[in-house]
Amino acid sequence: MDANTFLIQVLNGIQYGLLLFLVASGLTLILGIMGIINLAHGSFYMVGAYLAFSLSQYFGSLWLALIGGVAIAVVIGVALEWLLISRLYHRDHLYQVLLTYGLILMFEELRSVVFGDDVHGVAVPQLLRASIPLTATLSYPVYRLWMSAVCLVLAAGMYLLIQKTRLGMMIRAGAANREMVQSLGININLLYRLVFALGVALAAFAGMIAAPVASVFPGMGNQVLIICFVVVVIGGIGSVKGAMLAAILIGLVDTFGKVLTLEIGGVELLPQLSGMMIYVLMAAVLLVRPEGLFGKRA
Amino acid sequence: MRQSRLGTAMLLLCLLALALLPLFAEKYYIQLFTKMMIMAIFAMSLDLLVGVTGLVSLGHAAFFGLAGYVLAFAAPQYQAANLWLSLPLAMACSGLLALAIGALVLRTSGIYFIMVTLAFAQMVYFVFHDTKIAGGADGIYVYAKPVASIAGWEPFTLENHIHFYFVVLLLLVLVYTALRMLLASLFGRVIVGIRVNEQRMKSLGYRTFRYKLVCFVLAGALAGMAGYFAAAQFGFVSPETLGWHESGSVLMMVILGGMGTLTGAVVGAFAMMLLELGFQGLPEVAGLDIGKHWQLLMGAFIVCAVLLLPHGLLGLTRLASRWRRKPAEAAE
Repeated sequence: MDANTFLIQVLNGIQYGLLLFLVASGLTLILGIMGIINLAHGSFYMVGAYLAFSLSQYFGSLWLALIGGVAIAVVIGVALEWLLISRLYHRDHLYQVLLTYGLILMFEELRSVVFGDDVHGVAVPQLLRASIPLTATLSYPVYRLWMSAVCLVLAAGMYLLIQKTRLGMMIRAGAANREMVQSLGININLLYRLVFALGVALAAFAGMIAAPVASVFPGMGNQVLIICFVVVVIGGIGSVKGAMLAAILIGLVDTFGKVLTLEIGGVELLPQLSGMMIYVLMAAVLLVRPEGLFGKRA
Repeated sequence: MRQSRLGTAMLLLCLLALALLPLFAEKYYIQLFTKMMIMAIFAMSLDLLVGVTGLVSLGHAAFFGLAGYVLAFAAPQYQAANLWLSLPLAMACSGLLALAIGALVLRTSGIYFIMVTLAFAQMVYFVFHDTKIAGGADGIYVYAKPVASIAGWEPFTLENHIHFYFVVLLLLVLVYTALRMLLASLFGRVIVGIRVNEQRMKSLGYRTFRYKLVCFVLAGALAGMAGYFAAAQFGFVSPETLGWHESGSVLMMVILGGMGTLTGAVVGAFAMMLLELGFQGLPEVAGLDIGKHWQLLMGAFIVCAVLLLPHGLLGLTRLASRWRRKPAEAAE
């Protein structure tokens, strides 16, 4: 592997990791702050991708589709929290798992009813269609760089929101002690609704910007969900910093697992078993630190 | 859990009905009930984890599916496998996988446990999905049902659907009885104690990790038994049998019936499969083929069940009987 290919793979890995971070950060926030395990989180990623597909056809522009899509995602998030999720705060995790599993079935089947089961593509916007040439044969698409940049901006924005604003302070306090925050006169229900909607919007946004490079297909949400679980387990529940580190780690491991070849005793291990790599990583982390890299010790 | 006399009578009545079913039912229904009983064994194995020990596993299908693959390997092409060898082998493989996964996942608890069991089951899924060892994503056929010959003597043949039915019914009763006895034993008391308060069990001197691991392995092996017969009946194994949809739906069976009662798991398995069949048979309404998109209804049903039936279907009967006896007590 020469230096240019290596560079491209590193960029791809980081870009994939940053995208995972957008989905996983919402998942980890909802888990850490609200104590809700949300299996339907991957469905929001899928909803985002299909919104990008349909709205960009409707508006003729991905930019307008992004704005419209985020608005729709926030509405979906608020409605779901209000109608269903808010009834689960005092119930066992088991029921959270089941209800959100039911939601997955509904989202997945609604997708099938509305869009069918075909794979769709979304065009890269005109503005970002260029590629940066690296050598005579290799080049790197600008759109992917833009994706990474957007993810980084959002990550920084989230850091500022949670650590530096009054709202973020209330969210952190709500995670630490729900009753105390409530008795101080803060509307915790509204706060939770905001956090949930933020998580949904982040996941949907990730799906929307991923649509032009990853295409839009059935089952895409579940694939992302399980990888995001691995991210959250490695990073530690509720830790946005942990999610960032774990997401990039997984992005790189997954990308290099697919391009490297490894044979032991004549048996091809990579790339054939590349799908397993991230789980091996997770197993290793569990052995050393069962609470995740940045998790609080139980 | 103590059984009321009425409950025992109901149980025996259901058993009698199941035993008499092949006398008057058509082949289709016999095979359907065979499948439902197989799923009931699967659901009971999960109930041992979820309902009894309090371990919410979202990756239980891994052990179910693996045993099916073991059968497929044991019966290459048209050569039938020997039941007496391949069944214990399949269950042992599932048990071993459960030992390996359990040793890792039991280091975590609560939300972590749910996510980690799901992730490891998905890893097993990818092994069968991405590699060519067993047909990859397309799955693999089990051409011949296992033969039950002991040194040339064949007490029954699984190719006969009625024989198959009674073998599965017998196993269902055996597994149920064995698990009941297990729950009544000291071991059973300890694992129930772990669910209620693990710290207390620890301070009483029990090494709870070992108990949980034994439970996990036992549940895995029993899920393997169900998976083995499911593969033998269906004649086909695909990565989907290890997938998380399978894990999710068996979890739903346990909860729908009512957790920690074993009977609930059986009731839930029967109810879920009948419901699925009912939804699939629905006609087209206003241009929407509901039968084809039955999962939409199933999803809505699950959401409603969680919100409205906190104790499962068996909880309904308990509620009804309590209300009949003493309304004041129910209010408390």
